[in-house]
Amino acid sequence: MKGKNPGAPIAFVYKDDPFVYKDDPFSKTVVNETRGLATKMGFKIVFDESYGPDTTDFGPVINKIVSSKATALLGGGHYADGATLARQLYDQKAGLKWITLLVAPDSPKFATLGDAAVGISVPSQWEPQVTYKPDFGPTAQAFTKAFEDKFKIEPGYHAAGGYTAGLLLQHAIETAGSIDQAKVAAALNKMDVVTMFGRTKFSTAPKEHGLQIGHEMVIAQWQKKNGKILKEVIWPKAAKTADIIY
Amino acid sequence: MIGIFASVIDGVLVGAVYGLAAMGLTLIWGVMNVINLAHGAMIVLGMFMLYFLASVVGVPAYATIPLVAVVGFLFGVVLYWIAVHRVIGQPELMSLLSTFAVSMIVIGFGTALWTTSPYNVQVRVPGITWESYTFTGTHIMAAILAGVIAALLYLLLYHTRVGKAVRAVSGNREAAELTGIPTTQVLAMSFGLGVALAAVSGTLIATLFPFTILSGEAYQLKAFVVTVLGGLGNPAGALLGGIALGLLEGMATPFMPVSWIPVLEFVLFVFCLIAYPRGIFAFVR
Repeated sequence: MKGKNPGAPIAFVYKDDPFVYKDDPFSKTVVNETRGLATKMGFKIVFDESYGPDTTDFGPVINKIVSSKATALLGGGHYADGATLARQLYDQKAGLKWITLLVAPDSPKFATLGDAAVGISVPSQWEPQVTYKPDFGPTAQAFTKAFEDKFKIEPGYHAAGGYTAGLLLQHAIETAGSIDQAKVAAALNKMDVVTMFGRTKFSTAPKEHGLQIGHEMVIAQWQKKNGKILKEVIWPKAAKTADIIY
Repeated sequence: MIGIFASVIDGVLVGAVYGLAAMGLTLIWGVMNVINLAHGAMIVLGMFMLYFLASVVGVPAYATIPLVAVVGFLFGVVLYWIAVHRVIGQPELMSLLSTFAVSMIVIGFGTALWTTSPYNVQVRVPGITWESYTFTGTHIMAAILAGVIAALLYLLLYHTRVGKAVRAVSGNREAAELTGIPTTQVLAMSFGLGVALAAVSGTLIATLFPFTILSGEAYQLKAFVVTVLGGLGNPAGALLGGIALGLLEGMATPFMPVSWIPVLEFVLFVFCLIAYPRGIFAFVR
């Protein structure tokens, strides 16, 4: 990794990196931003291609990636295509040192790929394993246990994000000592806190007032420990549960 | 340059499986003039049969094929009596609607039972590595088995009395009936055979890629392209058509974005319908 510092997700894009992504607005938006950042950071993009929504065989794409001599891959789209791409990259021994795919590796079902899942990373808003030390509210572990006890399912980032939104509003009301909208808004503007969801801070710049600028994306990576395929959090440092495998 | 060869070889390997997937479709069309819109659903059933037999019961993946073929055949015969028999000889729209309804029912049940989540069957077969390119063992096995199954179908159709009866019914049902061939049973058996081929091709595809209950549609579309390339009602042409389609994908991919490949395939589909309505491989009929 660049300077052994997995600081930003884009650092996982090594020189001679390919982009393979699904030909849809979500994937394209993500790739456009990442492409710009990668170029700015001095990475050389040697392969840049989208694939159709009905793609079932990634063999030809993988052969092109191999021909490009890339060492890392950023891409994917949704679950079915991401899982197929991951499995074929493994089967075809594509020789990549780093693979980050959107969406698919975030699902617990990704573990059914077995060894093909190992080493694959995914950007995520939140994972139940994160080890943030919250200023207030429950830890991710306490929230996860309570959620699982009640709903018999592991919480995703949607559940964690929704719960945290409520926590933040409650905190703002308590700080303001009132439910007056202007006073609560002022408390939210000043807010800079860490919850189980990570850091939260809102921009007060006129053009982006209210935008979340404190939260860092979580990077999870599938790793094999004692024969079990597990999803570990490798970034940010404040939340990580395992070291990066590269 | 090696990358291009690698893509071409990959294309041929996958093309053989496309060919097998199309053989069932073309057989059913050839014998009973029914365009089976449940073909994709039958492919998916083969995929799920592999999943439950291999991942849940623990049967070795390739050992499931005979069982899938038998279950597929029996399912096809039952399906014939329920959904197809009454629309034989009726306007083609009737059989289209009937088989489409079967497809919707199967996909609906499958979605309720297994959701649309992907399933994966881990199959390990050593592959062949050439320079930096690896041809996976599962692709090689799938292509070999597709060839073997196509050869068995050929033997059945051209070297057995049953096959002769199928070809007789395909050629002229009334004349076949006059010679004492029980044509209704032959039609049921042919439909069963077509479904068995679809299910087995699904099993082979599931050894290559993860799949969902909705995966059949993409392979059904490819089967239509292959069927038109090979000639409607021509199983041998279907295998060649599948290989030709795979070859085309393999040759074109290094020179154009992969998202353009389906466009190329369907341009070829339309071209064949106009220029070679009996199929490019009609000569192997």
